[in-house]
Amino acid sequence: MSILINRETRVLVQGITGREGTFHTQQMLAYGTRVVAGVTPGKGGTTTLDVPVFDTVAEAVRQTGANASVIFVPQRFAPDAVLEALDAGLSLCVCITEGIPIQEMIRVVHFVRQSQVGGGGMRLIGPNCPGLISAGECKIGIMPGNIVQRGRVGVVSRSGTLTYEIVDSLSRAGLGETTCIGIGGDPILGSTFADILPLFEADPETEAVVLIGEIGGSDEEAAAEYIPRMTKPVIGFISGRTAPPGKRMGHAGAIVSGGRGTAQAKVEALTNAGVPVADTTSEIPGLVRQALRS
Amino acid sequence: MKIHEYQAKQILARYGVPIPRGEAVTDADAAAEVARQLGSPVVVKAQVPVGGRGKAGGVKLARTPDEARAVAGQILGMSIKGIVVRKVLVEEAAQIAAEYYLGITVDRAARRNVVMVSAAGGMEIEEVAATTPEKIARVWIDPGIGLADFQIRQVCYAAGLEREAVASATRFLRALYDAYVANDAGLAEINPLVLTTSGSLIATDAKIDIDDNALYRHPELAAYKEESEDDPVEAEAHRRGLQFVRLEGDVGIIGNGAGLVMSTLDEVKRAGGAPANFLDIGGGAKADLVANALEVVLSNERVKGVLFNIFGGITRCDEVAKGILEAARRLSIRVPIVVRLTGTNEQEGRALLQGTKLIPAETMEQAAARIVALVRGGAA
Repeated sequence: MSILINRETRVLVQGITGREGTFHTQQMLAYGTRVVAGVTPGKGGTTTLDVPVFDTVAEAVRQTGANASVIFVPQRFAPDAVLEALDAGLSLCVCITEGIPIQEMIRVVHFVRQSQVGGGGMRLIGPNCPGLISAGECKIGIMPGNIVQRGRVGVVSRSGTLTYEIVDSLSRAGLGETTCIGIGGDPILGSTFADILPLFEADPETEAVVLIGEIGGSDEEAAAEYIPRMTKPVIGFISGRTAPPGKRMGHAGAIVSGGRGTAQAKVEALTNAGVPVADTTSEIPGLVRQALRS
Repeated sequence: MKIHEYQAKQILARYGVPIPRGEAVTDADAAAEVARQLGSPVVVKAQVPVGGRGKAGGVKLARTPDEARAVAGQILGMSIKGIVVRKVLVEEAAQIAAEYYLGITVDRAARRNVVMVSAAGGMEIEEVAATTPEKIARVWIDPGIGLADFQIRQVCYAAGLEREAVASATRFLRALYDAYVANDAGLAEINPLVLTTSGSLIATDAKIDIDDNALYRHPELAAYKEESEDDPVEAEAHRRGLQFVRLEGDVGIIGNGAGLVMSTLDEVKRAGGAPANFLDIGGGAKADLVANALEVVLSNERVKGVLFNIFGGITRCDEVAKGILEAARRLSIRVPIVVRLTGTNEQEGRALLQGTKLIPAETMEQAAARIVALVRGGAA
């Protein structure tokens, strides 16, 4: 088992004919992902890597039964691409694109979340995220597939490379993962920690969860409110402990402003929720193992 | 992007918010001339995009043109929170009867824009929020509808503004919202909005932060961008398309991925060192990119050593190692460089570094300890 995506997931690539879109489609296919369609307006009727390309998402869904999409289109077209995925009735959309204006995302995320009221609708992962992998089953996005080993730990993170580093160390420690998700580094995200944790809680194969947060916002604090209700252990890590206030540390969302969003506040909230928080990444596999034993 | 007060006021004036008469100048004589033309007492204000200017002595009253020259002379060139003052705004001083706060920003947790109004203006709003939160009235904006007129009335009445001020305040709040949306701001505030002794309202201070991600669709703000770059090293890094933040220490840091670089800074600090910068080179391993990054880091004279922290995912470690080696060959390097490579093809990557001046390290902790020891002059 895994969460959100598995062997059956039928993936559509929005922006498949672009450089990034083509490269990562190839990587996804190599991982075994069922990429059933691509969409690039004006390129309908052609194929890329033997994948049929359509002009619109709606047409691609009708023809191929795609139920998830991944977005590789430039920042100015990405908000529209998410809305097109929503309109076509997909159940999952993963937006890799970085640099989307925050006001656009407030509007788009509003409509995406409205679709979820009463169950169903579309779930958005990202933007500005690496996507997700269900170990050995399906990869959507840009995570390196070779570092993921089938196992029992769920990973959810606001960052990209740091996640790979931690996943790699879990794999090397023989723990392995169920699903690894990068929710993104932007201030406004389609899915937050608090949205993902219940999915891991409900997944029979996931035995522990690693939550990788960073400075900025209060998503970690919101997660800390939910964690005491979980039956599975959560292990935390927060980056940016030494970041100066008022400076944006690479990610649009990684900023301490007006004294809010500090690493200290997040570590404290998680600790109070009973989460062991690692001081350094190398402690994480040990803390996971300890949590699994007790 | 944080723009200056006078620039924020220029924007607000275009939307019909009354601002004091005045001008931004770069020398003391020009300040005296503006004061003479205004023919009234003036306020001389340091133009730096940080809070706490008043406390730092960057805002002063001047009754005469000569006084304006004198205080402008004091303020220009002074350093406020590490930023040198190059411009002062000289404007007519207002006769204050009451001070209000009007602000709009993004509430991340609510995923909405929030409007805030307070009758306790003139103080930092964070301070008001911390000490007397009941003095701030808030209303959240539905993204599907936008800011409705009834919400504006609601929030202004809830804030307890003087009754004669409410009608104008609601008008200025609408203007502030229009400016906020049209300019892709992440924050727009008027603090204080002054109710003058003659009963009119005027914005004597304003702050607007523009969303960097939206600058591509605001070519008209490009001039502000240039002026917002107060650090030459940061400006150069951004010109080269690098994610760079200057810090106070002496250990240069380069890595791929914002989270990984942030963790590297934390690790260096844990090892007793002080990072000189944050630099994320992003994906890819091209020697050009690495050379650019290394050049920018080394242009900071304080840097006594550099730590590369690279995770090879789809980009392989051996490619990254080649990029670093080539970059090091192109530049003349006088400081120790520790390179930590992990992930795909790490063995091959580390093998390439053998026999070179670059010092390989296996873990993030080891790398941090090594570079800190080298920078401190001890044996690693």
